[in-house]
Amino acid sequence: METRYRELDPSLFESADIDAYEGERIAGPPVGFWRDAWIRLKKNRGALVSLAVLVLVFAVAFVIGPLISSHSPYAQDLSQRYLGPTSKFWFGTDKFGRDMWTRVWAGTRVSLYIGLLAALMDIFVGVVYGAVSGFLGGRVDDVLQRGIEILNGIPYLVVAILAMIVFDPGIITISIAIGLTGWTYMARIVRGRMLQLKDQEFTLASRSLGASGFRLVWKHLIPNSLGLIVINLMFTIPAAIFAEAFLSFIGLGIQVPEASLGSLISDGAAELRFHPYLLWLPSLVFCLLMICFNLFGDGLRDALDPKMRK
Amino acid sequence: MIRYVARRLVYMLAALFIIVSVTFFISKALPGNPFSNPKLSPQIREQLFEKYGLDEPLYVQYAKYMANVAQGDLGNSYYFEGRSVSQLILQRLPVSAFIGIQAVIFGLVIGMVLGIVAALWHNTVWDTLAVVVAILGVSVPTFVLAPMLQYWLGLKLGWFPIAFFESWIYSVLPSLTLSVFVISTVARFMRTEMLEVMGQDYITLAKAKGISGLGVIVKHVLRNAMIPLVTVLAPLTIYIIVGSLVVEQIFAVPGIGEQFVQSVFVNDYAMILGTTIFFSVLFILALFIQDIMYGIIDPRIRVAGAKE
Repeated sequence: METRYRELDPSLFESADIDAYEGERIAGPPVGFWRDAWIRLKKNRGALVSLAVLVLVFAVAFVIGPLISSHSPYAQDLSQRYLGPTSKFWFGTDKFGRDMWTRVWAGTRVSLYIGLLAALMDIFVGVVYGAVSGFLGGRVDDVLQRGIEILNGIPYLVVAILAMIVFDPGIITISIAIGLTGWTYMARIVRGRMLQLKDQEFTLASRSLGASGFRLVWKHLIPNSLGLIVINLMFTIPAAIFAEAFLSFIGLGIQVPEASLGSLISDGAAELRFHPYLLWLPSLVFCLLMICFNLFGDGLRDALDPKMRK
Repeated sequence: MIRYVARRLVYMLAALFIIVSVTFFISKALPGNPFSNPKLSPQIREQLFEKYGLDEPLYVQYAKYMANVAQGDLGNSYYFEGRSVSQLILQRLPVSAFIGIQAVIFGLVIGMVLGIVAALWHNTVWDTLAVVVAILGVSVPTFVLAPMLQYWLGLKLGWFPIAFFESWIYSVLPSLTLSVFVISTVARFMRTEMLEVMGQDYITLAKAKGISGLGVIVKHVLRNAMIPLVTVLAPLTIYIIVGSLVVEQIFAVPGIGEQFVQSVFVNDYAMILGTTIFFSVLFILALFIQDIMYGIIDPRIRVAGAKE
């Protein structure tokens, strides 16, 4: 050890004279929170591909799909039953001779609508509830939190089934069921964030400048929670899409002749033995949707909150 | 700790109370009642009359209904003449429980192995495999997976029977279907926790003290990484319940889930509401046990709750 140390010639080394002020120099233009997140997201190939696929599915489901096909999702033609995928019927036809291509995209529209609805409920009920609860605190917070704890004890499936029994099964009833239960997690997250933020200096500064409670929440607390809200939204959406497909699968959701990916999969599973394409095609679209939402959600979480990265 | 348990218990009972109350008023609001059902014989009609006192005012009926439910009496099925809902549920329970528990055990074992392997060989093929399985497991729902397994393992390869329930071999596909989600959840969880624990100072210390690699992993990493696995309990319970509705229907397994879906189709309201209450009780119990266990393991949670 000693000898090896002595073998080193000091002339091999060169002192690195760094100006003390150099460290203070700002290397590039300041990057905002959202830009920073976007830079991180761009590095995540899986998330980007998922985003692209999601945009494509949206486009095909709402615009391209119905536009390039002359078939109706509801028109029956008993002379054209069980045709496999052909150049005329791209996804084949079902047992009533209905065109599967347009039916699959009609079902996808239902899924996307449900996802959007759940997201809106999350924002307008979950965020507001959580913000009020966390910001006001005290007695109000106690009461609101007890409410959430009781709601959380009731499985969403139960709420959905009860709603289906009272109202007629259909898209409105599903919307009610999902709207009633889906937002509680968001409310809890936002409340936690509010509690954390409302004692910080910038809130105090704004308050001492005379800002009202509403202004504090709207201008300072919500914008500072936005990253968390967006992350949570991305996990609410696939959960809601799954819930709708599940209800439709067991026959409690969308009713015939309307189509949902869940009901199409259910019909397909019944004819699996002889007409497997009736199951594979809607299943494929559904799984694609779920995988992309999950991957994009994961990517968004990593980008918006690198500390949470797992 | 006692205060914490007591608080949890109160919430549990409150949630149950609300669920049962809501189901009661829904059953009152529904068109038709046991009397108007032409399928029932006059004797049973009379029996029901006496038992529920449906001629009495609503609040008396409500009180009686609550008392009945508290004693485990969920009423009589409209569809299966003269049989009680509790009896029907208990009769179907063993099959569902067997398939569900088998799926959870299988999923826990495979999931933990996969998660541990992924964490130990971080950033290798095993790791990628675990991540892919985790994403697929949460993205491919049971109602897609079940027909797929039925088609490939059942019809094409002919390894397992695809329907009914006669011996153990019939439970393989249903349990396998349910276990995929368990595997992916547990693997993802285990991997994350292992990676986190392995970065802790006390692991470095254990290694520095000269404990062998395997010793550190078994004694320190695994033990600490497994603690938060408790939080998976309630979501898994709900998943197995929900999954059983699909899986039992697809594989024609005579369990509670299959019976429930059928009762929905024949509008057997008593059965629907009774099973709903039963499922809620299961879920709320799981939630309760999870909260208590978590409170025991992580004292910070109890303290945070008590401060309010």
